[in-house]
Parts: sequence; C-alpha cells; structure tokens
Amino acid sequence: MTQERKIRVLVAKPGLDGHDRGAKVVARAMKDAGMEVIYTGIRQTPEQIAKTAIQEDVDAVGLSCLSGAHNHLFPKVVELLRTQGAEDILVFGGGIIPHEDIPALKKKGVREVFQPGTETGDIIKVIADEVKTLRSTQGGS
Amino acid sequence: MSEKLKKLAGARGEWENKTVAKTTERFPERKPVFETSSGIPVLRLYTPLDLEKLDYLEDMGFPGQYPYTRGVQPTMYRGRFWTMRQYAGFATAEETNKRYKFLLDRGQTGLSVAFDLPTQIGYDSDHPLSAGEVGKVGVAIDSLADMETLFDGIPLDKVSTSMTINATAAMLLAMYIAVAEKQGVGSEALRGTIQNDILKEYAARGTYIYPPKESMRIITDIFAYCKDQLPKWNTISISGYHIREAGSTAVQEVAFTLADGIAYVQAAMDAGLDVDAFASRLSFFFNAHSNFLEEVAKFRAARRLWARIMKNRFKAKKANSLRMRFHTQTAGSTLTAQQPENNIMRVTLQALSAVFGGTQSLHTNSWDEAYALPSEKSVTIALRTQQVIANETGVADSIDPLAGSYLVERLTNDIEEGANRYIDKIDELGGAVQAIEAGFIQREIADSAYNFQMAVEKEEKIIVGVNRYRQEEPPLEDVLKISSEVEAFQVEKLRKIKERRDNDKTAKALSGLKSVAEGSGNLVPVILDAVKAYATLGEISGVLREVFGEYRES
Repeated sequence: MTQERKIRVLVAKPGLDGHDRGAKVVARAMKDAGMEVIYTGIRQTPEQIAKTAIQEDVDAVGLSCLSGAHNHLFPKVVELLRTQGAEDILVFGGGIIPHEDIPALKKKGVREVFQPGTETGDIIKVIADEVKTLRSTQGGS
Repeated sequence: MSEKLKKLAGARGEWENKTVAKTTERFPERKPVFETSSGIPVLRLYTPLDLEKLDYLEDMGFPGQYPYTRGVQPTMYRGRFWTMRQYAGFATAEETNKRYKFLLDRGQTGLSVAFDLPTQIGYDSDHPLSAGEVGKVGVAIDSLADMETLFDGIPLDKVSTSMTINATAAMLLAMYIAVAEKQGVGSEALRGTIQNDILKEYAARGTYIYPPKESMRIITDIFAYCKDQLPKWNTISISGYHIREAGSTAVQEVAFTLADGIAYVQAAMDAGLDVDAFASRLSFFFNAHSNFLEEVAKFRAARRLWARIMKNRFKAKKANSLRMRFHTQTAGSTLTAQQPENNIMRVTLQALSAVFGGTQSLHTNSWDEAYALPSEKSVTIALRTQQVIANETGVADSIDPLAGSYLVERLTNDIEEGANRYIDKIDELGGAVQAIEAGFIQREIADSAYNFQMAVEKEEKIIVGVNRYRQEEPPLEDVLKISSEVEAFQVEKLRKIKERRDNDKTAKALSGLKSVAEGSGNLVPVILDAVKAYATLGEISGVLREVFGEYRES
C-alpha cells in the first residue's frame, strides 16, 4: 500500500506588494498541519510563480496580495498554469480583496478567496478538501 | 529598602495572602496569567514597591529636558496640539491633490503622501512590473510633472509634508525641492519628512531596491545635503510602525527601530559627519496598537532609551540631538473586516494612547481600511476623532498625565529593559544591517506574528467580532476602488512628458548621475539636476540599479 502523498502548496506573493505577514503565517500553519509548503518570498511575477509551481509539482498555489492588484495578478497565474498544461494545480487567493471582486476572480479560475479575519484552520481545511476531491476524481495519487 | 517600603511590602503580602486568596478561591481570575503583547507579566496590582529603583530626576526629568521621558517640548500640547496628519494618496496626482485640499479644508494641519508601489520601487507606470499596481496603494509619480500637479495650489512654505518614501526618497525629495523652487519657495524654508528608512524595508515592509551598503550611502548623502540645504527637514523617519504591523511585539518594535537608528547614526558618523550636525533632524515613527497602557509606556520608554543611546553611546552634546520626536499611526493590522464600525472605537483608543505617549503628529486610520482605501466620509471621521480627543477630553491640558502611575512607570522600565536586551543581542550580531542580513530580525517578527495568530485561533486572545461576539452581516458596499483607467492615463501622461522634454538635457543629466554614482560624490545634487530635466523616476532609479545592483531577499 502506497502512502498518500502529502499535500504540496506554493505560497506566493505576486506583484510589488511587500506585506507578507499573512503569507508567512498561513505558510507556517500549513506546515504545522502536515503540508509541504514552499514560500516564494515577495515580488514575484505571475510567470515566476507559475514556473515554480510546475517545477515544484505542487497541488495548490496560495496567492497573497494586499496592494489591490489582485484582479490583474491572480487570473494571470491561473491562465499561465493553464497554458502550460498545469490546470490541475488549484489556485487560491487571499488578502485585501473587496467582496465584489470575488465572483469575477472565481469565474476566472481562482478556487476560493480568503478575506481578512479568516482563520488559518479554515484555509487549510478548504485547500485540503479541494485537493483530496481532485485527487479522487483523477484516481490514485 | 526604606522602613516605609518594608512596611508596605509586608502589608501587600498580607493583602495577597489573606484578602486576595480568599476571593480567588471562590472566584478564580479570568486567566491564570495576564501579560502584555510583549509577554511582560501584568501584575494584579502595582504599588510604590514597583518603583523602588526609579529615580525621578534620572529616569523621568522634566518635559523638554533629558531624558525626555515626559515629552520633548517644555509645554507639549498646552502650546499647540500634535500635528493631525492623515496619510493619503491614490490614483493620479490630480485626484490626490483634490483629497489634500479636502483634508486641509477640514482642519488637517499637515500633509502625508502615500505613493503607489511602482513609485516606491523605482518603476515608471509603463514598466511591465507596474501592471496592475499603478495608483493602487498611493499616488503614481513618474516625473516632476506629476509632483507639480500633486502640490498645485498648496503653498509649500505654509504646510509641512511627510512622504512615505524609502528606496526612492532622494528622487522624491528632489522633486519636492524643484516644485517649491517653481513656487518661489527656497529649500531652506521647507518643512517635512521623508521616511528614508531602508533597513525596515528589508526587515518588514519590502520596498527596497539596492543592497544595504549602497542604500546606506544614499541615506548618508541625504543627511549631508539636508543639513546645509534643508535645515528644517526631517531627513529620516526611523520606523517601528511597519515592524509592528508585520507582527512584532511592542518591545520588539522599540528595539528594532532603535537598532536601525543606531545603524544610521553610526553610518553617518563613519562617513565623517559630526553627530550634532545631523542628529536633531532624525525623527521616528511608531505604531499605536491595542494594549493601551503598554502602548503609553512604550512611547515613553522609546524616548528615554533613545536619549540615553545618543548621549552615552554617541556622545551627542546638543540637547536637540537627544530628543526623540515621532509620528504615530494607529495600527492598521488591528482593523477588522468584521463589524467594521467597531474600528472607530479601536482607532479612538489607539489614538488616545499616542496622545498620552506624547506624539508629535498622528494619523488615525479610517474604519473601512480593512477593505480598501478610505472614503471621504470615513477619513473625515478619523480626523474628527483626533479633533475630539484634542478639544473635548482635556487630556492635552497637562503634560504626560499618566506619569507616576505605578503601572505605567513600571511598564516603561520593563519595556526599556526588554528593548535593551534585544539591542545588546543585535550588537553581538554586528548591528542592525548584519542582523537583518542574517534574518534574525525577520525571524523574531515572524515568530511573534505566528504566535499572535495562534493565540487568536485558540481564543486566548479575543478580537471582538472576529473570534467572539460574531454576527451575520451583509458585505460592505461602496468601498473606494481605483479604476484601471488610472494606469492608462498615467502611461499616456508619461509618454507625453518624454516627448515634450529636452531629451538631450535629460540624457546628459542621467549620465552625470551615473558618474557620481560610480564615484563617491553626494548623489542628491545630481538627482536634483536629473529631476529638473524631467528624467523619470524609473530612469533615475534605473541608472542607480545599473551601478549599485539590486538586493534580493535570501
């Protein structure tokens, strides 16, 4: 019996925003919850993030943006993953994201957007559930 | 211990053992341990026993006198209130200029410029990395033309202006000088502040460009230039604000800020400047967080500790070199997206702690900032909060009114001691630059941030509306949004500037900048030449990127 692969997540800071308190806290909480986590550091382009996500063979990417550039940056990452054949990497977002922006982000392929005040436990649960669902539909791990 | 204190100690022990014990047996206290954000134990009761070692003249003194614990001015707010200075900037220079006039019209007494991220990181609005960021967290400034618009109709000899700008501080200061010149205002009359604090950018805020050594050179050049040309200008605002926002405790905020301050003073002295020639223009910037009494004590402790450092470590002689003047902003990270109106009360209490702490200027956050930039209505409430504290409560009528509280004095001591321990540790590592390069300061901050979040999730710390007293509520509507047209507008304006300017003159100024950067001359005059030739911020920063290289987070 093969052991199920640990969930691998890339936590990334797209754009020029340097506010990485949330990203670091979430990354550490995921690690403590048994996930394998890679944190990119700040000021990553969507291209760099997509490349790292594919190279690191992650299940999910968590994007954090507090500068208001999310509408530009988040869909770009989704699109780059798609065009490189990595549409099975799930993309999540968080930060200062106004409520009314969320439907459009989801429509463009962001699986879930976590707003300020969300507990790390809730974020971890959503990501874990989505990854497990995806794995089960793909059959095997 | 004096006879009186001995007697008191006995009586206190008896009170604990008999009266308190009887009560706690039947009614246990809310928590087994009470402590501040910094993990300083909060005792059940403070008495003169806690101040046994406090020497009034040595440790507190008088306002306007060493060690400045009680305030930096002799009369403090009895002379005039703190400067009410709301940090503002968004979209274009045109729109931000309107907001400034709006705020001045409502009784604000100083300006504070928020720049967008491309401006802070030295990219023009048409740079690929600027896509999506133009005008978002502040105003977009590409060239002198934008700065002229930003201050249009605002007389620069009448207002003081604070600019939150670090890696590109020299460029924005040069633009400010050039705008003033066009208004007929000489640089010697200019009052204001540039943040210019690169060390906390590496440690907590992220808008660095160049490596530390080159960044420290630019900062020292600014100190040297301003001491002659802009004698009323605050050449740096050494900032704990962002360190705290990134998750530090109050003690860490004081320690890391002052450690950065030590590094700047040392760098300027190493470059040959006399400490008393520049130290009076250093200013500071702190966060006003939620633990009210700890915050009051923090401001007092920071002031005392800095005075001691300047006197004992750097042998500064002039009184003004020892005075820590600071700006304060209420804590953005404490604003909640849940039940956001409650943020008005949070901001009020935080602002009050800053006033009790003796701040020189204050920004109060707007209640809607957990979602977006503030609306005109919310920023007015924030400003009015300061005006109510100043005019209605009476707290500004006597100097340092919480002094003498057993708790406040004890906490002031505890915070100073805690910060000193960190500064010793940073000295062992070789100073703030080395401590940052080794990741020490970043790790300390990240640990505190994580511990705080876990305490919230375990409900050891209660945030009203977030992990207790929750209620269903509709999402907030009508938040201020920056249209994507701003970027197109700004790119077009930039194109026109490049077309209109004398491109030979610009190129010449840029090559002049390059040769000074490669040598060791002062960079500020050549940056000023380039700015006046309408070289763009991206072009000027680009020349320095080429010569200095770029810092990469390790």
